[in-house]
Amino acid sequence: MNERTMTEEQHFEQMIEEESICINDNIVYDKPETLTDTPMHYCPGCGHGVAHRLLAEVIDELDIQDKTIGVAPVGCSVLAYNYLNIDMQEAAHGRASAVATGIKRVLPDKFVFSYQGDGDLAAIGTGETIHTCNRGENILIVFINNGIYGMTGGQMAPTTLPGMKSTTSPNGRDIITMGNPLKITELIAQLPGTYYVTRCAVNTPVNVRKAKMALKKSFEYQKENKGLCFVEIVTNCPSNWKMSPLESNKWLEENMLPFYPLGDIKKPTN
Amino acid sequence: MAKVKGDIIIDIEKCKGCELCKAACPQESLELSRKLNTKGYHYIVKIEDNCTGCTNCALVCPEGIIKVYRKTEKKKEQVATISNVTGDITVTVNS
Ligand code: SF4
Ligand code: SF4
Ligand code: SF4
Repeated sequence: MNERTMTEEQHFEQMIEEESICINDNIVYDKPETLTDTPMHYCPGCGHGVAHRLLAEVIDELDIQDKTIGVAPVGCSVLAYNYLNIDMQEAAHGRASAVATGIKRVLPDKFVFSYQGDGDLAAIGTGETIHTCNRGENILIVFINNGIYGMTGGQMAPTTLPGMKSTTSPNGRDIITMGNPLKITELIAQLPGTYYVTRCAVNTPVNVRKAKMALKKSFEYQKENKGLCFVEIVTNCPSNWKMSPLESNKWLEENMLPFYPLGDIKKPTN
Repeated sequence: MAKVKGDIIIDIEKCKGCELCKAACPQESLELSRKLNTKGYHYIVKIEDNCTGCTNCALVCPEGIIKVYRKTEKKKEQVATISNVTGDITVTVNS
């Protein structure tokens, strides 16, 4: 269509279109400041990146960047401190919640969280996890559950689904010989020490928004000294599930979410 | 009537071509490039000019590399059309 055949209205529309709207006044979404510019080492499509970004967004919104201390685990997210511009401490495998306990007790005014995968939190760190929750430490535990050992190459984790293939269960997890998947989130929700226990995902825009709300609430409860908050985020592991990122999100929805249903498992009572 | 117009800027060098943003876009505005970035990934480009600035793509992007802009344009009310002008029209152009 050339200029001459345009109606006035079309011409006006074109004028609007030609003018770029990419100016600061019009920004509706930008990466949070607390997230560094370092390119992440995670595989394409891995949910860790979204979980990191949500933590950073919440820290920015609550304006607690200088008061937050994170504890990184062993696993794929061992380098989380490269991406979150806050004070961070690395813990020995599975011990992140115990380290977080120590930090919070010495520095009770800080916002303390641990960030752990399923191999870290629900296998080698089961003891620490249960006792930290049972003591009701005033911290946030972020639990990334993708049902597999990511960093070490896709071995079976306690959270691996029945029938799910991994390098150590090549024919699928057989519950008779390998036991049932551990729903550690439901388990710790039983303990009187936990205040808020919820399960989220980051596979769709709606779930991303909900996960962010859960993290934000947890930091707010921590400010009010309410006790332990536990946020499980069910994620994908495209590399070790041996799928494309899109296939992995579909598989997550069809297999992980029916077994690990989303929603609050323990709602705050007071 | 207000017109909503969105736009996005993608840091293509950090894109890993996972296509999660493409799947999340209700307007189907996004597509993988044929070219590779320096990391060796096909990156995401905007192929349509119909973005509404809904932020879905930015929310699901694991790399946090999508910036979203949105502007609501109020259409100017039409005061006169050529057909119903009766007298002379003087046009002054300030350059
Ligand atoms: S191995 Fe799995 S969990 Fe680890 S970064 Fe890759 S996709 Fe993510
Ligand atoms: S902001 Fe919304 S409409 Fe625009 S490209 Fe992203 S997902 Fe598509
Ligand atoms: S979600 Fe992010 S990393 Fe993945 S293809 Fe889109 S822009 Fe690239």
